[in-house]
Amino acid sequence: MTKTTLRGAFAATTALSLIASTAMAEDYTKYGIKADVPGTCSFEAIDAKDYTGRTLNIITHAIPVIGEPTALHAQQFQELTGATVNVVHVPFGDLFQRIMIPFQTQQAAYDVLFHASLWLGDFSPFFAEVPAAYQETSGMKSVTDTYRGVSLVDGKLLQYPMDGDRHYLKYRSDVFANPDMQAKFKEATGRDLTVPATWEEYNEVAAVFNDFDFDGDGAPNFGTAEVTKRDDLMFSAFISRVAAYAKHPDVKGGFFFDLETMTPLINTPGWVRGLELFVAAQASMPPGGTSFGLGDEIFSFGGGQTLMSYSWDDAFIQAMQADSPIRNKVAAAPLPGAKEVWNRTTGAWDTFETPNQVSYVTWGWSSAVAAASPNQDMAFDYLCFFSNEANTMADLQIGRFGVNPYRAEHFDPAFYQNDLGWDAAVATTYADTLKAVDSAPNQVFDLRVPGVGEFMSSLAAGVARAQSGEATAQEALDGVAAEWTAIVDRIGKDKVKAAYANVVALEDK
Amino acid sequence: MYRQKYLFLLPGLLVLVAIILFPLLFTIRVSFSSWDVYNPGLNWIGGENYGRLWEDARYWQALGRLTLLSVTTVLIQYVLGFALALMVWRDLAARRLFRVLFLIPMMTTPVVMSVLWRTIFHESLGPLNPILESLGIGAAPWLSSAGWAFAAVVIVEVWQWTPFMFLLLLAGLLSLPNEPYLAAKIDGAGPVRTFFSVTFPMLGAISVGAILIRLIEASKIMETVYVLTSGGPGTSTETSSYYIYIRGMRDFQIGYSAALSLTYLIIMIVALTVIAKLLVRALVKDAA
Repeated sequence: MTKTTLRGAFAATTALSLIASTAMAEDYTKYGIKADVPGTCSFEAIDAKDYTGRTLNIITHAIPVIGEPTALHAQQFQELTGATVNVVHVPFGDLFQRIMIPFQTQQAAYDVLFHASLWLGDFSPFFAEVPAAYQETSGMKSVTDTYRGVSLVDGKLLQYPMDGDRHYLKYRSDVFANPDMQAKFKEATGRDLTVPATWEEYNEVAAVFNDFDFDGDGAPNFGTAEVTKRDDLMFSAFISRVAAYAKHPDVKGGFFFDLETMTPLINTPGWVRGLELFVAAQASMPPGGTSFGLGDEIFSFGGGQTLMSYSWDDAFIQAMQADSPIRNKVAAAPLPGAKEVWNRTTGAWDTFETPNQVSYVTWGWSSAVAAASPNQDMAFDYLCFFSNEANTMADLQIGRFGVNPYRAEHFDPAFYQNDLGWDAAVATTYADTLKAVDSAPNQVFDLRVPGVGEFMSSLAAGVARAQSGEATAQEALDGVAAEWTAIVDRIGKDKVKAAYANVVALEDK
Repeated sequence: MYRQKYLFLLPGLLVLVAIILFPLLFTIRVSFSSWDVYNPGLNWIGGENYGRLWEDARYWQALGRLTLLSVTTVLIQYVLGFALALMVWRDLAARRLFRVLFLIPMMTTPVVMSVLWRTIFHESLGPLNPILESLGIGAAPWLSSAGWAFAAVVIVEVWQWTPFMFLLLLAGLLSLPNEPYLAAKIDGAGPVRTFFSVTFPMLGAISVGAILIRLIEASKIMETVYVLTSGGPGTSTETSSYYIYIRGMRDFQIGYSAALSLTYLIIMIVALTVIAKLLVRALVKDAA
């Protein structure tokens, strides 16, 4: 056969296969996506794989939140590949131990694990590194440095990013723009009503608009809704309030601990100031607000009861639901800052003309493949498929899924305007705020070290003591510092330090 | 000759060992290890966990709180349960309907009921405070004030478990002989005198049983606290079981929580044995 004949045959075959593939192209929109996005983990690419006769075991949170998309994409993966996919749903309180015990007893109980990203310090020895091929996919390439960073341990990508979480400020834009409310605030404080730039301003605004019907619906409104219930992620709310006072932009080497000595910093003056303001804000919370869990905070702000809030996306998304009374009457902004910041190097408060604003990148669901899994190829395919561009854009539109923006394209206001029908101003403040958190020069991350659950449980218990008046802010945090020292000693200073170095590296970048 | 009989006991003994003794022995062994999130497995650290426990003020405070909570709730349950049983025992219209109604709280899942009660107590969105306000009583900080939160836990426990007392005491009342009542009537005893001289003494044994069963159950209270208050505000409603849950399941200090559990078990066994003896002495006439 000559070269020309071969070339002709190749061209004919290629043409035929192109025609055939076009004619036989599957319509994947039946899976709830807008359109399949070509790539390594697209519906089409996964459809081409055959895992018939193989079983994939997944552990995830209970439905809703991340349990729901886990099950949805597992079903799709099963249909596309022929694999048998078992999904085990576990309530949040049990999730950590249900993952950890098989790890510690060396059982390969699950191939894929969905978990809170801050548990990485505990789980990292048991996770498989994401193979290079998956790190090169278009979806992975567009994950922002921040959310890629929280998945890294010593430069190795051990978590498969599929969610991005952070805290930011949410407020009622209609109230802030109302001339009558502006006049009321001016009369009460002598200054113009502005979006709080510091936590002192936040407390002041909250106090003025507390127990007052600012939306004219006949029911009283309140100043602030915050997560204050001890064992319900309250530690994250507290860290948001503290970061601006305790994370000096020019002081490196640790926010929770001094990385060199591993001495806890949580009872230093910056932390104490933040706690005092957290306690003071209780006066501007709705009835029962001092024991609000995350669900209460979501419904309080999202339902229009309170003027301001700060936490994850949920309350904002709740406020923007189609049937919400405050849809398009809300806005987002970075967390308030502080004009006085504790400098632990000099042992003095430094004053800033422009408030020190610190972005807190906290929590976030994540996923990983067990190092002991005999099905790592299939497991990574599943995660890659779960988080492919088409699935992610669809998941982002369903608030209860718990999938929040974490890729560059997720910060485009047009998506929220066009696909979710938000007003342009709301979409812009939301996307701009998320982008600002992502690129902030001063960031704080969760304490992703071994024993994080114990550290945070101790912190929450101490903060709760101050909130209930059992102890002063200083006494409560001194108690926490003593407990943290004991925890570090028990787990091992070097082990905690080595893990904490990864966190500090992100903060000091 | 009859040694074979022991063979027949073997299956039962094996089951006993598997489901009771093994977990207990394993817990004892774990309590002498430092098994936690970073040190898995059964190393040997001697009595370190027990030494640590001795200095753990939060644990002892939780135990004190549990004692107060258990005694308060069981006493209220006993009084209410007795009153309801007496009410239904006598001729009453729709007696059967009331019996079924009284049992509903006990038949519901504690977690589900705690979620419902949390909604009822919710100070912003719950129905209880508006009802209290409309009655002129005023709203109460049910879950955000230490004293009120404790009261809320007591209310839920009493609501859920009074039917148990009711059921046992009603069964006791229905089994009482009629003769003592006839004798009391002939002697001219009124209803109060009859209750304290006939009914109450004759229900002594069953009262002790009911109180002890409820004390054992009440001392394990966990779901209500977990859902309703998470131990707060501060640590005002944190009980021993909830604290052990935090240390074991949340902090993943398996070794330490095993030591906490065993200490708690021993304290409970001793305390309940003493209480049982005192109650028998006080309430059961034939005990002496």
